[in-house]
Amino acid sequence: MEDDAPVIYGLEFQARALTAQTAETDAIRFLVGTQSLKFDNQIHIIDFDDENNIINKNVLLHQAGEIWHIGASPADKAVLTTCYNKTSDSRVVSCAAVWRMPSDWDTGSHESPDDSAHNPQTLELLCHLDDNAHSNAACVLWEPMGDGKRVISLADNHALLWDLQESSTQATVSSTATLEGKGQLKFTSGKWSPHHNCSQLATANDTAIRGWDLRTMSQIYSIENAHSQLVRDLDFNPNRQYYLASCGDDCKVKFWDVRNVQEPVKTLEEHSHWVWSVRYNHSHDQLVLTASSDSRLILSNMVSISSEPFGHLVDDEELSEGEDNHQEEKGKEPLKDSVVSTYEEHEDSVYAAEWSSADPWLFASLSYDGRLVINRVPRALKYRILL
Amino acid sequence: MMDGEVDGPGMEDSGPGRRRRVHGMLKLYYGLNEEGKADEKPESLDPCDINGPHFDPELFLNKLRRECSLGELMDQETCMVKQIRSLDSDMQTLVYENYNKFISATDTIRKMKNDFKKMEDEMDCLSANMAAITEFSASISGTLQDQHAQITKLSGVHTLLRKLQFLFELPARLNKCLELQAYAQAVRSHRRARCVLQQYSHLPSFKGIQDDCHAIMDKLAQELRQKFRDGGSSAKDLSECVELLLQLDEPAEELCDKFLSHARSRLELDLQGLEAEIRPYPSSSAVKDVSARRPSSAAAGSSADNSPKTSAIPSPTSNTDILEFIDRGCNEFVSSLCLVITSYQELFINHAQTGELATKNIPQMANGKLHAFVDDLAARYFSLVERRIQEEKGVADNSLLVRALDRFHRRLQAVAKLLPGSAVPNQGTEIVIRAATERVKQYLSALQSFYMDSLTDVRQALATPRLSVASASVSGGGALHGGSASSRDAPTSLPELLSSLSASILNQIKSVLASVHLFTAKDITFSNKPYFKGEFCSQGVRESLVVSFIKFVCQSSRQFCESAGDKGGSTPPALLLLLSRLCLDYETSTISYILTLTDEQFLVQHHSPVTPVTSLCAEAREAAQKLLNHYVKVQGLIISQMLRKSVETRDWVNTIEPRNVRAVMKRVVEDTTSIDVQVGLLYEEGVRKAHSSDSSKRTFSVYSSSRQQARYAASYTPSAPMDTNLLSNIHKLFSERIDIFSSVEFNKVSVMTGIIKISLKTFLECVRLRTFGRYGLQQIQVDCHYLQMYLWRFVSDENLVHFLLDEIVGSSAHRCLDPAPMEQSVIEVICERG
Repeated sequence: MEDDAPVIYGLEFQARALTAQTAETDAIRFLVGTQSLKFDNQIHIIDFDDENNIINKNVLLHQAGEIWHIGASPADKAVLTTCYNKTSDSRVVSCAAVWRMPSDWDTGSHESPDDSAHNPQTLELLCHLDDNAHSNAACVLWEPMGDGKRVISLADNHALLWDLQESSTQATVSSTATLEGKGQLKFTSGKWSPHHNCSQLATANDTAIRGWDLRTMSQIYSIENAHSQLVRDLDFNPNRQYYLASCGDDCKVKFWDVRNVQEPVKTLEEHSHWVWSVRYNHSHDQLVLTASSDSRLILSNMVSISSEPFGHLVDDEELSEGEDNHQEEKGKEPLKDSVVSTYEEHEDSVYAAEWSSADPWLFASLSYDGRLVINRVPRALKYRILL
Repeated sequence: MMDGEVDGPGMEDSGPGRRRRVHGMLKLYYGLNEEGKADEKPESLDPCDINGPHFDPELFLNKLRRECSLGELMDQETCMVKQIRSLDSDMQTLVYENYNKFISATDTIRKMKNDFKKMEDEMDCLSANMAAITEFSASISGTLQDQHAQITKLSGVHTLLRKLQFLFELPARLNKCLELQAYAQAVRSHRRARCVLQQYSHLPSFKGIQDDCHAIMDKLAQELRQKFRDGGSSAKDLSECVELLLQLDEPAEELCDKFLSHARSRLELDLQGLEAEIRPYPSSSAVKDVSARRPSSAAAGSSADNSPKTSAIPSPTSNTDILEFIDRGCNEFVSSLCLVITSYQELFINHAQTGELATKNIPQMANGKLHAFVDDLAARYFSLVERRIQEEKGVADNSLLVRALDRFHRRLQAVAKLLPGSAVPNQGTEIVIRAATERVKQYLSALQSFYMDSLTDVRQALATPRLSVASASVSGGGALHGGSASSRDAPTSLPELLSSLSASILNQIKSVLASVHLFTAKDITFSNKPYFKGEFCSQGVRESLVVSFIKFVCQSSRQFCESAGDKGGSTPPALLLLLSRLCLDYETSTISYILTLTDEQFLVQHHSPVTPVTSLCAEAREAAQKLLNHYVKVQGLIISQMLRKSVETRDWVNTIEPRNVRAVMKRVVEDTTSIDVQVGLLYEEGVRKAHSSDSSKRTFSVYSSSRQQARYAASYTPSAPMDTNLLSNIHKLFSERIDIFSSVEFNKVSVMTGIIKISLKTFLECVRLRTFGRYGLQQIQVDCHYLQMYLWRFVSDENLVHFLLDEIVGSSAHRCLDPAPMEQSVIEVICERG
């Protein structure tokens, strides 16, 4: 059972921002934001044709500045947010904004890709997510599975909850939370929990992870020294509400039960440099993707802390008699957390990795040199999880 | 024959030759052929042989006539005549001889005839006399008959009378005996009379005597029992007492019980004494316990409980050492137990076997009771001993414990001899084994705490001279080119600490082994038990002491890596380095040395599988590797934190034109140098790739890396999906992946390479997160050149440093708003000035 070769796509600019188009559930589509100080930055819309193993791309201009973070609306395919750096008068300012893609961005792109490359369309600005008091947005988070009306932006030591109104053209801050403490505190990353009716937020600053209740905008838990160095990224287990994964500069990936934050539930030490991104698979939460500046992408199978530790229990009863033996063999296999595979197609630091929102067995990773690699979960593992 | 004797001297004796010839002829004459047939045969066949039986005169004559001349015939004839003559004379002689013999034989026969006649007469006379004697004898016995019958009857009556007299006198005699306490005699007398009295008890007079006797004997039995109960008497008295009671048909079972309960009360006193020695507080409860148990024995006799209240409360002061305790236990309890066993066996088992009591299965019953009794008491004794042994916590003097255990064990052998098949000695051995294993455990924990203590000492030693280390390293950093001087005056040098640490651990292990070795000394009784020969050596000493300790060392070393991981600095890096070297030394030599030492000292015969040296070595090596990796991580982290702060806290867009190398970079080089010195103290140099002739002068432009030039070419290149296989292959040709936090080798260069890799990679990642102005980029150029000048010497492959620094400069150029790189010559000037 040969696995399909990875598909590689090269951007001409350096890039850090990658997201799956969350609202799109039919096509496999990723959005990449570039980083260039000298040229107009772009948003590449990468469509992956699964059957033909072909990538189709569309480019939209993002003239405001280099993109550090990108987020796609869960409700509207055309709406996205970016965090970008703007330079003016030898000053670098970090901003965040909501954008709308032009409605006809993909018309004719298949026929003449060269034209679209030369005459890219421009994103339509819907609104800025800045007020004068708070700037330097690190990231913007959409409400998971929401109606695309609420976003949170993390700016310096503030978490701002925005309400988007009038088809997202206007944003008002509905509430804020501020991280108090000595020194210059700054949120580096965050994640909006899909559980508890989307009322919780987790943030990372320096070596700590904090949980916030969005109704009261107050802190609910805090994991000091979650990593021995900077925490780079967080992700919530999509199926187990108290489980949280984090990664950081100590090369480790840690899994937490937020009800008991004294010790991580599990720790992975597979990377040989900082881990920049950690992502749970949306459907099968034993599959965890991590991206690191050691240029590697690692797919791990964390069976022991997944929501389906014994495989697909539902299917067991439906198995016919003939398959019993096979089932027994499977039952005997020790349930071990293991690295499924290490992807070495990148040769620069990998700063982002994302699962596709349409195909749970497919994921993309982006390295600094602008290389986007699309990979699949190995078939053997896929069938073992499914069967 | 006979004629030879009789006539031999009378006739011719002209020599054996002649006689023989004569003899031969006679034989021939009578047809006898005693000579061998072989002689006869050839003669017989020849008809011409004149001496042969088949002689044919006609043939002979013809032959002569044919063959011989006349002269010869004449000679033959004369010869023949001569021979015939001599034969004739021989014949005559023989006839004469035989005649004489016949005559003498006739004379002898005649004489014999006369002698027999005389003898016959004498015999007749003898038979007549005998008849007369018989007659007289018969008449005498006839007369004596009556008197003899009378005498027999009289003597019978006499015996009976004496018996009767004995019977009549019996009560009085018994009383007398009772008075004199001659119980034995009384019993003997009674036994003699008992059957008779029983038989004739229907006669009133006998009945009376019997009753009297019974009364007296009852009294006697009573008295004996009393005496038995009193117990004050000597063992010999006691045994006599029991013997008599047995003879009096006293139930043996009851006697056994009484005897044992009596002995129990005395032994329990001993036990209480022992218990009181163990600890003040349990003694009171023990007394209570004993007195609560007492009613069973107290019911037997009131005298049994005379002692405990007075004597059983001993002075609770003493905490005697274990040898004294065991001594006391042996001397008091075990020896009295042995006494009890001996006398009991004497009384109930050996004795009963000989007497008629054996039929009643008494030996078996008695034996069973004895075993139960001994087991019970021994169990209590053992529990006391074990409690006492458990109190023996200190590991200071093992010989005392071993001697105590030896004595304990030795004395139990006596019990074993007395009571074969008893479980007591085995239990005793088990106690010794438990004590030994317990002791081994204590030694292990003592070793472990010793190890931890010495680590604390090392920690302190490392902490105190830290200032001077720093100063030394500063000077070393200042005089980079004369770096060898600084290694000499580095204070309380790590090698010294290491050697003293490992030496003290080794000594400690040796002394512990010596102490444990006492358990297997030749003169210790239990050392030849199979446990101490095999399992104790292999499982006890080798596995759970030595191997466990080595594992503990590795384990604790690994813990340093894990616990310190969360917030670095809890373990000083120097300690990590030192421990790593220690573990490595263990791997190379110490472990095999220790194990060989153990095996030699204990002559370990591996019955059960034991941990092989190789796996321990692997573990030690793993620990060493982990520690060294962690050291690299910690040191790398310290340097990268400096770099990170320096990059993050600066406004790189609006910075001034670089005039100096930033102080942080100098600090980085200094720290790297001091780490280099530190590692150099414990680890060898290692191999490095050949340096280029002018490593420090290497220039690097903003776009020096060919990779980057190709990739970041400032134009829109068509970005479309390419042939993925070809693409990845091309890239793999160029990329040489660098594992930043990878394992290092056990040498200085590898360690330094690891640290520098971590630091520079951090630098790179931080730079990529910032945006630079023109002067910001130039500052980075200057800094990187400075690092380039000094760091190459530490690493195994200088290209690595070049590569990473290229990446840093390249990345910052890309993150630059106004990339106008500085002139290489200016950079060099600035760096050399700094």
